Amino acid sequence: MIEGAKWRKWVYFYIPMAFFLFFLLFPFYWMIITSFRPDGELYRPWNSVNYNPFWTTKPTLEHVRYLFEETLFSAWLWNTTFIALVSTAISLVCGVFAGYALSRLNFPFAGGLGTGIFITYLVPQTLLFIPLAEIIRNYNLGDTSWSLILTYPTFLIPFCTWLMMGYFKAVPKELEECARIDGASRWQAMLYIIIPVAIPGILSAGIFAFTLSWNEFIYALVFLSSPAQKTVPVGVTSELIRGDVFFWGPLMAGALLGSIPVAIAYSFFVEHYVSGLTGSVKG
Amino acid sequence: MAVEAISTFNTPPQPRRHRVLEDERWLAFLLLVPTVVLLGLFIAYPFVRGILLSVTNSRVGVAGDFVGFANYYKIWNDSIFRTAVYNTFLYTAVTTVFKLGLGLWLALLLNRNFRGKAFTRAFVLLPFIIPTVLSTFAWRWMFDPTFSVINWTLYHLGLITGRINWLGDPDLAMISIIVVNIWRGVPFFAISLLAGLQTISPELNEAAAIDGAKPWQRFWHITWPLLLPVTMVVVLFSVIQTLADFQIVYVMTGGGPANATHLFATYAYQIGVGTGLLSEGAAISLAMFPVLLLIVVIQLLYIRRVETR
Repeated sequence: MIEGAKWRKWVYFYIPMAFFLFFLLFPFYWMIITSFRPDGELYRPWNSVNYNPFWTTKPTLEHVRYLFEETLFSAWLWNTTFIALVSTAISLVCGVFAGYALSRLNFPFAGGLGTGIFITYLVPQTLLFIPLAEIIRNYNLGDTSWSLILTYPTFLIPFCTWLMMGYFKAVPKELEECARIDGASRWQAMLYIIIPVAIPGILSAGIFAFTLSWNEFIYALVFLSSPAQKTVPVGVTSELIRGDVFFWGPLMAGALLGSIPVAIAYSFFVEHYVSGLTGSVKG
Repeated sequence: MAVEAISTFNTPPQPRRHRVLEDERWLAFLLLVPTVVLLGLFIAYPFVRGILLSVTNSRVGVAGDFVGFANYYKIWNDSIFRTAVYNTFLYTAVTTVFKLGLGLWLALLLNRNFRGKAFTRAFVLLPFIIPTVLSTFAWRWMFDPTFSVINWTLYHLGLITGRINWLGDPDLAMISIIVVNIWRGVPFFAISLLAGLQTISPELNEAAAIDGAKPWQRFWHITWPLLLPVTMVVVLFSVIQTLADFQIVYVMTGGGPANATHLFATYAYQIGVGTGLLSEGAAISLAMFPVLLLIVVIQLLYIRRVETR
């Protein structure tokens, strides 16, 4: 891989790589160690003597217990999962249909519509959250999971469509034509021939959409108000900070446990996730 | 798989419903309806509503009257808004340079063959997939004025004698949020650029090496030009996300100390949701729109140019 002496390999590869891994992963280590550290150890000033902040000799599950017994953390976990799954499912159906239509059917304004959907892909949530909050209130969706289930697809569908178009374009036209000659209708050809070929794309879009909706913050922050309705990121933010007091132990435990479902989903589909990420950029 | 499926098609008399689905235009229309309805209802309509809202003096619970450009005039003269605009551009420019530089470096490292490569790549992406708000809390805890592990380390290395109040000083607070944004963005750059690097044929580099090109020359004359299209798209995507960023600042500083670290989105939130001045908040977040539009136009033109080449 690298020609020349051994020290070159260290200077050009191992040391920079170690630096990157340390920088990128240390906050997670810090999150984990704080979650299991008793309060007495947590709140020691940075310059106190004989204090090692990187390790604990008395690990405790106190913060986790606090989360599940004193807060609505389990409800937040359930809300987040439910919202992420349903909005991902809606977005996949819409994205697959729209991607198929835009990449394989001839109809007027196809180009314009494609561009329009691409533009909505680039609209950040922070541009529209104030008028959207009003609309949600007018539809009587405020403070319900549906306010998020219906709005999350606005940033998931465009990227699912975009990704699926790439996959559908790669399927040879002959495959569909063969099926049609054998008597399949357009609908059947799409459902039984084209979509199965694009399953890897659907998985990529799905896992990417799931992590994006798990990650969403500002809509959930603005649309939800009662503690029992909240998602993990919003619940942790609003219920574990009272005024200026941060409950760091439960906060870090909540951050850790709130990250685990995404991390698990991600670890099963790393390859699909990566192809979704890069596909969503390249189109 | 395809063969099995085909054998199930025997549909001699087609009902009317199917004839509609046989027409390409009708089928396209039906397939696009759900997407167009959802995007229209929750993107196009709120956009129009936002513009209408921004020219009234509406507050929470009060419909408000038409006031023309009064809100825009007001924010134009608002020193906090001006700081927020300056911060947004500074934040975007500085983080983008670092994300691109570090991301490219990491991509080049990951493009080599080494043991545990797949594993390393999976771990490198973690900052990008873990919910930003949750990981930013870990950073806030690391930057805590009294219990900062960073201060602890610097103190024990003998680099500082007194504490550094990371989030209490305007400049240090800005640096802190910039660091967190770089931390979160580097994996996205690295993995996207790595995908771009993998499409470059190694033979090109080998041929140049045989001709005596130094590693730096090979990078500059072969890798970089071939990587440029991917780089452009990744940078534009990232710029949009960074300009519109909310979560990192909201968690790290909440716009403070003394409104010194606001971005467009956090200030719009503070005015629109915090104080309930809906129309002014809408005007602040819409002030982002011209910049976003410019970037989107550049991106569309660029993609078109690449596609037609």
